[in-house]
Amino acid sequence: MPCVWTDAALAHDLMITVNGEALLLDACGAVFAPAHSALIFADLHFEKGSFYARRRQFLPPYDTADTLGRMARAIARHSPARVIALGDSFHDPDAGDRLGREARSLLESLTRSARFTWITGNHDPKPPAWLEGEVTQSLRLGGLMLRHEPRAIFEPGEVAGHLHPCASVTKWGRGVRRRCFVSDGLRLILPSFGAYTGGLDVGDDAITALFTGSFHAYMLGHKRVYAIPRHVAV
Amino acid sequence: MHSLSSDGQPGESGTLPARLPKNFQDWFAARGWQPRAHQLALLDHAGRGESVLLVAPTGGGKTLAGFLPSLIALSQVTSSKLAASRPARKRGLHTLYVSPLKALAVDVARNLNQPIEEMALPVTVETRTGDTSAARRQRQRFSPPDILLTTPEQLSLLLAHPRSRQMFENLHSVVLDELHALYNSKRGDLLALGLARLQILAPQHRRVGLSATVKDPAPLQRFLMPQPLSGESLSRIVIAQGGAKPHIQISTSDSYVPWAGHLARHAMADVMAAIQAARTALVFVNTRSQAERTFQELWAINDANLPIALHHGSLALEQRRKVEAAMAKGNLRAVVCTSTLDLGIDWGAVDKVICIGAPKGAARLVQRIGRANHRLDEPSAALLVPANRFEVLECNAARDAVLAGELDGERLKAGGLDVLAQHVLGTACAGPFSPGLLFEEIRSASPYAHITREDFDAVVDFVATGGYALKSYDRYARLRKTEDGRYRLAHPRLAQEYRLNAGVIVEDPMVEIRLQAKGRPAGAGGRKLGELEEYFIEQLSVGDTFIFAGDVLRFEGLRETGAFVTRARDPEAQIPSYNGGKFPLSTFLAQRVREMVSTPQSWQALPEPVQEWLKIQEWRSVIPAPGQLLVETFPRGNRHYLVCYPFEGRLAHQTLGMLLTRRLERARFHPLGFVANEYALAVWAAKDMGGADMDALFDQDMLGDDLDSWLAESNLYKRTFRNCAIIAGLIQRRFPGNEKSGRQVTFSSDLIYDVLREHEPDHVLLRATYQDAGTGLLDIARLGDMLARVKKRIVTRRLERVSPLAVPALLEISKEMVAGEVDEAILKESEDALIRDAMRVD
Repeated sequence: MPCVWTDAALAHDLMITVNGEALLLDACGAVFAPAHSALIFADLHFEKGSFYARRRQFLPPYDTADTLGRMARAIARHSPARVIALGDSFHDPDAGDRLGREARSLLESLTRSARFTWITGNHDPKPPAWLEGEVTQSLRLGGLMLRHEPRAIFEPGEVAGHLHPCASVTKWGRGVRRRCFVSDGLRLILPSFGAYTGGLDVGDDAITALFTGSFHAYMLGHKRVYAIPRHVAV
Repeated sequence: MHSLSSDGQPGESGTLPARLPKNFQDWFAARGWQPRAHQLALLDHAGRGESVLLVAPTGGGKTLAGFLPSLIALSQVTSSKLAASRPARKRGLHTLYVSPLKALAVDVARNLNQPIEEMALPVTVETRTGDTSAARRQRQRFSPPDILLTTPEQLSLLLAHPRSRQMFENLHSVVLDELHALYNSKRGDLLALGLARLQILAPQHRRVGLSATVKDPAPLQRFLMPQPLSGESLSRIVIAQGGAKPHIQISTSDSYVPWAGHLARHAMADVMAAIQAARTALVFVNTRSQAERTFQELWAINDANLPIALHHGSLALEQRRKVEAAMAKGNLRAVVCTSTLDLGIDWGAVDKVICIGAPKGAARLVQRIGRANHRLDEPSAALLVPANRFEVLECNAARDAVLAGELDGERLKAGGLDVLAQHVLGTACAGPFSPGLLFEEIRSASPYAHITREDFDAVVDFVATGGYALKSYDRYARLRKTEDGRYRLAHPRLAQEYRLNAGVIVEDPMVEIRLQAKGRPAGAGGRKLGELEEYFIEQLSVGDTFIFAGDVLRFEGLRETGAFVTRARDPEAQIPSYNGGKFPLSTFLAQRVREMVSTPQSWQALPEPVQEWLKIQEWRSVIPAPGQLLVETFPRGNRHYLVCYPFEGRLAHQTLGMLLTRRLERARFHPLGFVANEYALAVWAAKDMGGADMDALFDQDMLGDDLDSWLAESNLYKRTFRNCAIIAGLIQRRFPGNEKSGRQVTFSSDLIYDVLREHEPDHVLLRATYQDAGTGLLDIARLGDMLARVKKRIVTRRLERVSPLAVPALLEISKEMVAGEVDEAILKESEDALIRDAMRVD
């Protein structure tokens, strides 16, 4: 069962605290940090569709437009002063060149609307040169440390992507699998935001190894985020 | 292919020599047989070069009838022009036989070799299936046998090869076995497209269709003929005389008939007694979970230790083969099985068929009963075991229909655009094609006789570059236009990919079940027990128990290599069932059941508790007249119920339930959920729905916008899309270098579906999905017929409490719930449970 994207037009946000910083978890999969007026997205994977097309697998060529559309709506909702992408924003080194004209102009209008920071990821160690905004490997934001891949060594306030977490709950003989945030109050992993990004189960060792104690999977619903405790979601 | 018949019409012996050569006459005589009338009739049609459909019951010598003309022709060619100049194996493929089951192809090969050896005919016969070695397959292309036995998938692969013309150009005859099981399915589409190709490569060949008795043979006759541009062309038809009428008993208990459920636990002693009285019995059930349960129930009372085995599609292949071999040797007294054994090879020893649960359709019942006693002239013996009250009605209706010789009709589906896409790629693998000529070619296949040029072009465009309005993939095209306007394959590797992904049977994603010793960590070692659907495994938590392969198993964890389980000691499994092979009640049988309910005179044939049930219904509520739809409303607990009884099968009811709840929601009745079974649909709500305008509520216009918006979210619809995407080649099951894992779909189809629907709702693949949904998982077409039928014929009853007829549906509520927003509700509930736990003070 794959993770399915649901766009939350009227998101009811859920407020949590990570290392003392209040954060709003938006049901679209982004995080808003009110104290810094910063909106954070992870794993946008622009042009993943056309990457597959090179192998002659013709996925609908609308994934970038879809991802950008949801980004634009989230930005309009929160009107942030700055926007931070947590890495793997471009699916591969050539993705920036393959971006269609419309998609590029939408992206450019977004980068003009707020101060953008592009954290680099394993898919995009070098984002396209034409891209507006600063490029960095990590970013400190008050009590938060933003980077692409979470580190094995525990660092309070780490906010990362990379893992594409998904959680499932079962009831009445049927399972529901959704993308989710994962946090224990000290650390936060964001769900992937790109339209064609799959998911990794929160029970996977790669995720459980990061959280020694209990954690919550904040699963994305149609209009709100659901807080599901570890023992239910794993 | 055995047994003497009384319908052989020996009186015609004067004409016999003309039709049947001396050595064949002698062979028949030596076995004490006489050729049957339909076998000779097929020879006559062959002599005139005509394609023909043979409709005959099981045990009618159908297969021999299909091959006799080929055997005679091949033996004559060899004996006259003979051999000196051209060795037999150089004359090319003469006869192609296609069957839906590879086991059948293998069995037929064995049976064909008998006359060939006994008459010393210079005829070579070979099979070609997925199991045939690569070396042998390679050899078959260059040096084919006289007669090749294969499946629709293998035919497609043979045709998608640059040498296909050389292989097939001398083809004389095509024999299609079990055509009734193929013609109206996606595999039938694939076969029809293959036949259209053969028509180009070998215009001289003729076709023979072999079919069990069907209600309407015309679509099968069309299938056998290249269709003209206007009008239609039908093959000739030969209908063999029917065999003896079967003996059908219905197991009934006058003291107890369950209200609901499908296990027939109450009747297991009857089933065991029937097994004991028979030499060998086949015990048919409708789902794999029922097979598992029934197998366990039988062993629990198998005091005589009779060898009883289990057979269903999820068991490991070796295990199934073992059971089949034991059966063939006569070592088993009974096999509990699902539809996996509906078709297939002849087990002479079976003398009793036991059908547990609803028969679902008269044709299916005939097919199953035919598995007992493959002798035309002796009656087959069957025992029907209804598991609940509605099934008692259904069993009686099915028996009456079979004895009256009436069968269900089938709704004809149009050829799938996804299958066509696969065929277009396959055609390109054989060589460049002209789109205009290919369009003419595929239009001659009956499932595609009415396809528009626009749809065809959209399919070709889809194969070439994805077919999107946004033309961003042109530079990666799979097909490229040549200077003379033809399409050619852009890269030879695509042919390899085509071969790896060909075929139209899409399995649910499966997970291997591995049994390991207790106490070992999950993932260590483990013998493969079989496979289960991924979605079933995903709903298990470690420690859950379920029944599989005849054992109660404990789930230990899911790893890369499969789901690991240990044997559990519990006698009862916690997780009730996994779906699999649920056929809907046929329209025809539904009609008969409705008639039976509406005709109190016919109730006398029913067991006492069932009669009483219907009588109290008549007294407390009403028995709907023929053609009416009864809608009841009543309160119960703190809910209000609406129950209706369309008898249209679970799939159509489920779709109806989804649509009704949307309307009730808009009318502010606050529907909370619904449950559907084969016969009824029950909706519950916060408010009394008795005052609703039922004519408006059940109006046909619900199939418009409501349907469309519901479909967007429906899991069944997404599964339909996944199947289309895989068949059409958008999602590849296997990549070169990764041939083994058939279940590894490389990309999540739900992600694609959401994006495609949002950004290009008219895409050809979404149209293919919609076309499929009409007749497939959602049964929309059937729902449409029902709504038209009951228009202005809805009879409503506002009751003070639940009616007798409503009880079975209500009993299912706890077991099987489908609600519009159920996914969200599950999330909510998981959260609420947490809050309750957190706030408890004890």
